[in-house]
Amino acid sequence: MIMLCSCREVKIVREDVKEAVQRCGREKHQLLEILGQLQKGTNFLERDTLVAVAEELDLPLAEVYGTATFYSLYSTKPRGRYVVRVCESAPCHIDGAADILAAVKAHLGVAVDETTDNSQFTLETTSCLGVCSVGPAMMINDEVYGNLTPDRAVEILQSYN
Amino acid sequence: MSIHRSHILVCSGSNCTLRASVPVRMALRAAIADQGLDKEFKVIETGCFGLCQEGPIMVIYPEGIHYCGVQPDDIDEIVETHLKKGRVVNRLLYRGEAEQEVTLPSTPFYQRQHRVVLRNVGAVDPENIEESLARDGYQGLAKALDTMSPRDVVQTMLDSGLQGRGGAGFPAGRKWDFTLRASGEPKYVVCNADEGEPGTSKDRLILEGDPHAVIEGMAIAGYAVGASQGFIYIRGEYQLSLQRFRKAVEQAREYGLLGSDILGSGFSFNVEVRSGAGAYVCGEETALLNSLEGRRGEPRYKPPFPANEGLWGKPTLINNVETLANAAPILMHGAQWYRSLGSEDCPGTKVFTLSGDVANRGLIEVPMGITLREIVEDIGGGIPGGRQFKMAQIGGTSGGCIPAEHLDIPIDIPHLDDVGASLGSGALLIVDDSHCMVDLSKTFLHFFAHESCGQCTPCREGTMLMRKLVDGIAAGSGTRKDLELLERITATMRKASLCGLGQTAPTPVLTALRYFSDEYEAHIDSGRCISGACGVAVGGMKS
Repeated sequence: MIMLCSCREVKIVREDVKEAVQRCGREKHQLLEILGQLQKGTNFLERDTLVAVAEELDLPLAEVYGTATFYSLYSTKPRGRYVVRVCESAPCHIDGAADILAAVKAHLGVAVDETTDNSQFTLETTSCLGVCSVGPAMMINDEVYGNLTPDRAVEILQSYN
Repeated sequence: MSIHRSHILVCSGSNCTLRASVPVRMALRAAIADQGLDKEFKVIETGCFGLCQEGPIMVIYPEGIHYCGVQPDDIDEIVETHLKKGRVVNRLLYRGEAEQEVTLPSTPFYQRQHRVVLRNVGAVDPENIEESLARDGYQGLAKALDTMSPRDVVQTMLDSGLQGRGGAGFPAGRKWDFTLRASGEPKYVVCNADEGEPGTSKDRLILEGDPHAVIEGMAIAGYAVGASQGFIYIRGEYQLSLQRFRKAVEQAREYGLLGSDILGSGFSFNVEVRSGAGAYVCGEETALLNSLEGRRGEPRYKPPFPANEGLWGKPTLINNVETLANAAPILMHGAQWYRSLGSEDCPGTKVFTLSGDVANRGLIEVPMGITLREIVEDIGGGIPGGRQFKMAQIGGTSGGCIPAEHLDIPIDIPHLDDVGASLGSGALLIVDDSHCMVDLSKTFLHFFAHESCGQCTPCREGTMLMRKLVDGIAAGSGTRKDLELLERITATMRKASLCGLGQTAPTPVLTALRYFSDEYEAHIDSGRCISGACGVAVGGMKS
């Protein structure tokens, strides 16, 4: 089910969508690019946004929703201001990723796929970030951090407060 | 153009950037400017030098001195001692080689490598096309347009014996040939830069270090197969690659190396840069095509193959980043030259990212046929911390686990096939004896259960079931029957899955069972973890 959310006024959402469509193009193959643009402000795609995109591109809502939910960088559930993604693929695993994840969980006080009460952080795990030579690694929004220790990971999170 | 006394190259690849290469570069520029030395010394940002573990790395020419682990605090000393007085800062030289002024290229790490694809990575500023041009950039394209017909180009690629470097190893020339012969207009060239295989980051480092080699390869491919539009699909997580590649495309356009009537040949070609959005399965070529069309990245049934019905149903050549970066050197030096590199069955070189329990982690390019032992011991510098080599997983999480008894195996497609592994995309994860294979298998299977797209039943259900079974075994609640069931599930997945994801997901577990069955059995029979990684007893001792 699509999350119902009235975080922003529908009018503003529609304007944002129109602008993104204008910038990326109206063709269906621009859908990923458009969704990526629209997610930048809020870190998730609200229902009204998907409805407006479907109307703008003249696509069934189901198709827009199907695409939005397929990719792990998109979310249709509200997320915090910062999305923290801790890598749990094999190279980071043997570098001690489990300890990093435990430290991040303890510091934020949330489990994986949960958001802190103040809506600052959402914790996720991710597949390989491609920086295995300097693992363990995590990504906060677009920024990647390597050579982590549990203490270093917490320090980095503190710098986002 | 101004002449400088020294050129100082600072790595600006992702791995060094994570180790503070940006503040280092800023501090260096500031120190040089403060002392009014900017006419004498030029600071250049380059791609990856390879030894990522030692980063940030800086190279000072003309001496060719490499400094490792440089931090902003070291800059004053480098400026005072090296740049102004001409004396080497010994303490920053590559690990313990101080006093001898050993330059990095003379270490075994570089001596055993052969750089074809990485020819310019770490040597040029990737954001300045003129540096590429000064090192033969776009000469392969010029040669093709000037002196070769599209058929000649395809024939050269066929003769070179180059196999796709994205994982499947299909002969690249044959794909080019199929697309050239295919009927239908327009045709497209797609570069697959959706590098998602855990442990692999070679495509990212190529894109960040020498984007023009990839643009040139795409243009050559376009000329060969008759396409005037190319797309590159770069992982959404690779922000630096996206940004650099977009800039490189703009520069190539400004220089008339992309666009219409390239070099007066009448051939036109454009490249559009697209970002992925986080889906491992999109590395599968038909899933990638669906994603490019703005859909869910679910794989298509094959046939028809993309060469006949690809992007929007039109003939499409889809190749990996490294495959395309090989095209220009092959055209420049010829198919015979390429065949002289590597092994009989696998010509050329292969780029790997070396990670895990090995002294030198980073980016390497080696001739095919080099042994695993040479990579681990000579280039990799062996296993640190007095531990023993346990296994190497080659090709990423979908790749096989090779135990110590096969350390002397030559790295090429047929030899790896013999031991149940495959060359794969370019990951080499080295694991020492402190790790448990059951625990690692768990990690592999959590990955696949997460990344299976869910379209076909064998993969969707198989990855979930495998994960459940191995989780149970790791926790000490598994039975011998679970192993039989595991074998049956893997056989079904290999035969019946729609795409490479489901077909190869069982590989790491099958090789783990084949070479490390004692560890599985110890978990099952006595709740004991041999390596001790899972704790002495798992889920309590069983009788």
